[in-house]
Amino acid sequence: MFESTLEIFSNPDTYQTYWDGTVVTIQMVFLSLLIGGVIAIPLAILRTSKNRWINTPIWTFTYLFRGTPLLVQLYMIYYGVALVEGIQQTFWWVILKEAFYPCLIAFTLNTAAYTTEIFRGTIETTPRGEIEAAKAYGMNWGKRMQRIILPSAFRRAIPAYSNEVIFMLHASAIASTVTIADLLNAGRLIYARYYAPFDGFIFAGIIYLCLTFGILAVFKQLERRMLGHLQPR
Amino acid sequence: MFDFEGYGPGLFQGALLTIELAALSLIIAFTLGLLGAVGKLSNNTLAKGLATAYTTIIRGVPDLVWMMLLFFGGQIIVNTFFDWLYNFSDGSIDIFFPFNEFLAGVLTIGFIFGAYMTETFRGAFMAVDVGQIEAGKAYGMSNIKIFKRIMFPQMMRHAIPGIANNWQVLLKTTALVSIIGLADMVRLATEAAKSTGEPFKFFIPVAIVYLGLAAISDLFFKKLTSVYSAGVVKG
Repeated sequence: MFESTLEIFSNPDTYQTYWDGTVVTIQMVFLSLLIGGVIAIPLAILRTSKNRWINTPIWTFTYLFRGTPLLVQLYMIYYGVALVEGIQQTFWWVILKEAFYPCLIAFTLNTAAYTTEIFRGTIETTPRGEIEAAKAYGMNWGKRMQRIILPSAFRRAIPAYSNEVIFMLHASAIASTVTIADLLNAGRLIYARYYAPFDGFIFAGIIYLCLTFGILAVFKQLERRMLGHLQPR
Repeated sequence: MFDFEGYGPGLFQGALLTIELAALSLIIAFTLGLLGAVGKLSNNTLAKGLATAYTTIIRGVPDLVWMMLLFFGGQIIVNTFFDWLYNFSDGSIDIFFPFNEFLAGVLTIGFIFGAYMTETFRGAFMAVDVGQIEAGKAYGMSNIKIFKRIMFPQMMRHAIPGIANNWQVLLKTTALVSIIGLADMVRLATEAAKSTGEPFKFFIPVAIVYLGLAAISDLFFKKLTSVYSAGVVKG
């Protein structure tokens, strides 16, 4: 049993496989978090609106994406885009026929839904006094958002957002089911190559674990710098 | 509108499997969560270390990795154990235990959510007033009695929001078993979508079932909250 482990991990190809998978996973998670985060900011602001016609559509979006499994969303987009009438003749097809983009779209929309709700929560819990002070200074709605509410809301969103980042990292493992060569897929390749389920998947698991701890460490630093004023002394 | 082209009964069976899987996993998760929380709060270094390692490692690795590990490696673990037992007993115990994807699914989901439940229960146990335990001791109750009569009923009130949250995530996590070959809703919908070429026709009803299950669970937990909040004045 240990000889085979030695054989697997003395072969440089093994590390190359895992490295390639790690790069794809990080790429995908980073891109979807970035785009999803950018989408979530305006949505969160609109979601706090008192107007029902603005508020309800966004609530529906977040409810649907938070209430169904990411896997179902991924399959719907992955199998669904191919069926849009005439899409195979347009230039979009060049992009969409690869699994990477449907996958990115699914992940982005999913994280956008969760992030919208995180930001909404922190925007709504902005201390009343701060807003009143801004009003007393004669700031209009835009200035208040830009200078007072959003900077404070983003800072207070950091702890919840770090959970969302880790959730996305872990959820990204399902990309391997739609033929994307991510980190879990690397584990599967090693398993298939040597018929060694433990070596293959445990090593992939260790890399995921390291990535998780890395993310936690970054957010801990970020919290110390950005949320220092709210920490117990 | 809903014409499932013969896949209807299959999808219904798949939905039942999803519920069955979720319920069994919850039982495992609940038990492991209680054990883990007791371990984390105990003064025993070994128990504390084990529980901490359990929650850290399980929560740091994606659920699908655990599921694949158990799905592809489960039979090997079981065989190794029974081989050892066979040799140990000089051949008098000869068992072959078939490991299947259902077991892999239930065990993984149960173990993963056991780790989350551990954190939920730990927080809830800590929220119970120490004076309550002292009072129990003063009455001469054994540790088990104190747990059963005092800690558990009061802890549950604090734990229910966390349990509800975990359950909602667990319900969605069951979709992953379709990847290791269990015929749940998602797998059947995928098969139907591939063969008919109409993904939305099958995935939208599946999504609606998930939303429906979430909504029903929500109502149930609201009810449960009021049951366990009996005697507590709302602030």
